[in-house]
Amino acid sequence: METFFISAGMFLCVLMLLPLYRAVFGPTVLDRLIGVNAIGSKTTALLIMIGLIYHQVEMFVDIALAYATLNFIAVLATSRFFQKRKGLYKGSANE
Amino acid sequence: MISIVSMILIVSGLIFFAGGAVGILRFPDFYTRLHPAGKLDTMGLFMTLSGMALYVLTDFSLAALLTALKIMLIVVFIFITSPTATHSIADAGMRSGLPHWSRDQKESE
Repeated sequence: METFFISAGMFLCVLMLLPLYRAVFGPTVLDRLIGVNAIGSKTTALLIMIGLIYHQVEMFVDIALAYATLNFIAVLATSRFFQKRKGLYKGSANE
Repeated sequence: MISIVSMILIVSGLIFFAGGAVGILRFPDFYTRLHPAGKLDTMGLFMTLSGMALYVLTDFSLAALLTALKIMLIVVFIFITSPTATHSIADAGMRSGLPHWSRDQKESE
């Protein structure tokens, strides 16, 4: 069963590379924000897998909960920040 | 028996994660990219975490029950916060005047 958890975690790490491409090469700022949000929600699952591999789930569950909260607050604050800036993009109506 | 059920749940959650990641990469527009980012990640997280909570519950004790309850609490938290985050990103795009994708402008990849 541990081998299964290790392979599932490795598969999740490989899956993180696709939103990372979107976060690095995204055309707009909000595309990068989508990529970062997707990576954060995958990390929440990955942390509990790490806890199951190391037989310390009680500790890693708290870390995963804190990480989910932090991810939510970061995305909310960043999107509120960019919503105030009108005319940020090319072809905007009120430039 | 329980481990097989949790294995199936985790694998189906990983399939949902893979669909969301490919969708974020392949969709043409910012607004369409929000769809796999918000929905499929929520479903993948729900299936993966419920599978792991089932696996924790195999050795039944009070501590294991508490840990499984905490994992399901994370699922409830994600179910509340992930649509909120997606909605706030879409709202930021709308208010800053980001144009949406249409069939005429192909160059906006």
